[in-house]
Amino acid sequence: MNMHAAMPLLVLASSLVPGLVIFALAEEWRWQRTALNLAGALAKLVLIGVMVAGILRGEHYEVRHAVLPGLELVLRADPLAILFLTLSAALWFLTTLYAVGYLEGAPERSRFFGFFSLCVTATVGVAMAGNLFTFFFFYELLTLSTYPLVVHRGTPKALRAGAIYLAYTLSGGALLLGAIAWLHSLQGAADFTHGGVLAALDPAQHGQLRVIFLLLMTGLGVKAALVPLHGWLPNAMVAPAPVSALLHAVAVVKAGAFGIVRVVYEVFGVEFAQSLQLLTPLAVAACITIAWGSLRALWQDDLKRRLAYSTISQVSYIVLGVALFGPLGTIGALAHLVHQGIMKITLFFCAGNYSETLGVQKVSQMDGVGRRMPLTTAAFTLGALGMMGAPLTAGHVSKHYLMAGADSAGAPWAAWVLTGSSLLNAAYFLPVVYRAWFRPARAWPQERIARRGVRETTLLLLAPPLVSALATVGAALFADAGWSPLSWARLIAQQEYLR
Amino acid sequence: MTDPLAWLILLPLLWASAAFLAGPGRGARLAIAALALQLVLAMLAASAALDGSRVHAAGGWAAPLGIELAADGLAATMLLLTQAVVLPLAVYARAWFAMHPEGSQGFWPLAGFLIAAMNALFLSADIFNLYVTLELLGLAAVGLVASSGGAPALAAALRYLFVSLAASGAYLLGVALVYGAYGTVSLRTLAPLVAGGPADAAVLGAGLMAAGLLFKTALFPFHGWLPPAHGGAPAPVSALLSALVIKATFYLLLRLWTGAGAPLAAPPAALVLGLLGAAAIGWGSVMALRQERLKMLVAYSTVAQVGYLFLVFPLMDRADPGTVSAASNAVVLQAVAHGLAKAAMFAAAGAVAISAGHDVVARLGGLAAQRPVTLFAFGLAGVTLMGLPPSAGFLSKWLLMESALAAGWWEVAVVILAGGLLTAAYVFRVLRHAFGHAAHGVAYLPLPRTLEWPALVLALASIVLGMQPALLLELAGGR
Repeated sequence: MNMHAAMPLLVLASSLVPGLVIFALAEEWRWQRTALNLAGALAKLVLIGVMVAGILRGEHYEVRHAVLPGLELVLRADPLAILFLTLSAALWFLTTLYAVGYLEGAPERSRFFGFFSLCVTATVGVAMAGNLFTFFFFYELLTLSTYPLVVHRGTPKALRAGAIYLAYTLSGGALLLGAIAWLHSLQGAADFTHGGVLAALDPAQHGQLRVIFLLLMTGLGVKAALVPLHGWLPNAMVAPAPVSALLHAVAVVKAGAFGIVRVVYEVFGVEFAQSLQLLTPLAVAACITIAWGSLRALWQDDLKRRLAYSTISQVSYIVLGVALFGPLGTIGALAHLVHQGIMKITLFFCAGNYSETLGVQKVSQMDGVGRRMPLTTAAFTLGALGMMGAPLTAGHVSKHYLMAGADSAGAPWAAWVLTGSSLLNAAYFLPVVYRAWFRPARAWPQERIARRGVRETTLLLLAPPLVSALATVGAALFADAGWSPLSWARLIAQQEYLR
Repeated sequence: MTDPLAWLILLPLLWASAAFLAGPGRGARLAIAALALQLVLAMLAASAALDGSRVHAAGGWAAPLGIELAADGLAATMLLLTQAVVLPLAVYARAWFAMHPEGSQGFWPLAGFLIAAMNALFLSADIFNLYVTLELLGLAAVGLVASSGGAPALAAALRYLFVSLAASGAYLLGVALVYGAYGTVSLRTLAPLVAGGPADAAVLGAGLMAAGLLFKTALFPFHGWLPPAHGGAPAPVSALLSALVIKATFYLLLRLWTGAGAPLAAPPAALVLGLLGAAAIGWGSVMALRQERLKMLVAYSTVAQVGYLFLVFPLMDRADPGTVSAASNAVVLQAVAHGLAKAAMFAAAGAVAISAGHDVVARLGGLAAQRPVTLFAFGLAGVTLMGLPPSAGFLSKWLLMESALAAGWWEVAVVILAGGLLTAAYVFRVLRHAFGHAAHGVAYLPLPRTLEWPALVLALASIVLGMQPALLLELAGGR
């Protein structure tokens, strides 16, 4: 096996192996566990860096394993994979740091970090999957490895959330599997290919292809939380904050959105999907989800629930961008895949900090929290501004492209939905920010971590949201740099449309 | 007598007798050592089968006078599965019976006879000889169910005995009719005769043989005896019966259906078997979902999983060779995956029962925190049963769907997907309780490693097989 085949495997192994070892570690081996976690996370980042450099030199990283004749597991690092890989690896690193701080003294940490690592392994597998079979393989592994994280606290509420989560995701997975097997029977095994692979099929089969597309979108839409398949997401909020952060920003919802990207661009092909008139219904579904999520977020007093509904809305920006036929929409969608991740993880880190430090879990308890925790609140504010699409934030960049994409695709209604959603975002985020900074403080529900000088909470809780908040701004300021998410998105859109 | 095939039958008989004389303590050690040797022998038989089918004439007499032993690819696969499952189970059983000495007296001798009967069944090449092995297998299995001695166990064993005897009787009657029609019982000489012209008596005979085997395999609606017998037996026995014994009778049915009996196997009959399989999946899963006790849940899960084995029958006589080969690969993988996973699941359930002092699903709070290895084994086995990646169960269900869709039978795909969801519902019902908090004052006993790790090893095997099934399928395909 040469280096080019080994790299994707090493990327998988860099979280799989630490995960398996961590299961075997005794609970009190805190330093060993943390060291393993961080070493794995760092190794993954370095490996991805090497691959990025290689891809820019025009090299290909791919490994194949034939499970059965005609049925291959394919892992490869194409630019689209790299986009998602980098996001998950970078945010995994931050979330690991955060989780170490967050779970200080909590029970069952070995189990937690073991499944946490498996979850990231599944996510990078989803990112690098080179065909639908491989994609499904890791997609279901993701479901299985996140379940123990969702129910980690073992409370009746968490167990109920876990059951709802499984009912949704496993049913979605079954539809997905059925659709993939059906496609397989029509067309045989095919790798993800720019421009899709189905256009060559007999036109008599187009009816079947439409049904398959519907099944695929339903199956993927569960994880991407498309309305009305979103019911699991607000419930899954009972999970510990690092899990929510990972679920919302990187792993689960993104796996669904990423799958939609792969199916539309590299299985059906965007032009073929357009010619089958599949994209407009998808765009409508995305618009409904955007509006519904934002509206529901307005009424949530629980901060994490409000963020959850915001996720439902924001992830569908990606779907909308995919469904708008044209390169600008594509660029917006792919850039938002990364941008939403960075912004949303910031917000969840901050929500976790409020809860862990002061016991603040509801919006109505947040009066004056900005003076007690200025750094966290500053990060929260940046994340919230990004979600609104304020200038100089990552959200502005992706929203700009999405709006332009809507215009050029001749879908002004999509632009109205985006504008309306921005207003709604402002309506549910600005009051929070206002309360935090300008209302007088009241007594905190339960102050667990005392203030020490400028350290409003522990360092491990504070650093990750600050870094990701800076990244939110950085992604906008350096949007034109060659390594920015936007530039990668442009590169991928170029491959898709200029073949 | 240097032939591995003959020793696969003689060796378990020898250690069974020795264990009877030496008692359970030394008997267990002897059995484990001998089983390790049997595993090696099964591997030898498998590598021989990969090179081409082998026939061994016991006592130097060839058919039609003597008894022939034949290990083709499918038989070698089943031999390998049996020895691979039994060895970790024996380690487990030794630890289990150390805690339940009352049933240990009979276990090792009966288990030895059971394994000898199974190995003989896989190797036999004539339908009368097969009857003898079936009868031995049934009696040893009944004895094992009864060995724990309680009144419910005896009632279940008695019921099992009646079903077993009636089913063997039907099979024997069928053999007599076939013998009357063709004048031979050797599968090798029967095949051309049956193909030459199916006699009415032979059709009836084949039907009786199939009916007997269906009862023994516990296909819905003939499954009534299974849950009390498998759910009530000592855990190592449940594991042996659910993982292997019903597979042995299924193997025989499959072998006759696709081999010598193929000209008699009418497509409508195959369709009925497929429909019953689908019904078994639904009924078994729903019943599993409703069980209060963990072992009964696992037993009903067996009823459901047997259904998958029968879904392939309507696909076996299709013209398209790709469909048939996918279907036969699927059935082999399902048999092996379920064998490994169900052995793991019963072993885990037995360990839970010892540790918790009961096996009521709703009272398993705190299990995840206190017995993680056992619960992990249960969960991994569950992944195989649900047919989720990365497991052999996933591949088998994928192949089955591929085959069904190629034949245009999308209904089969729907059954498989719905069955997977139902399986997930009952597996995760257990996990949900296990991840909850322990009720106040509940404590789980610590367990020796030999009671926890065999289940994990078996469950992991069913996962690893999902990544590397090629060699096994090559072996099973070489008929």
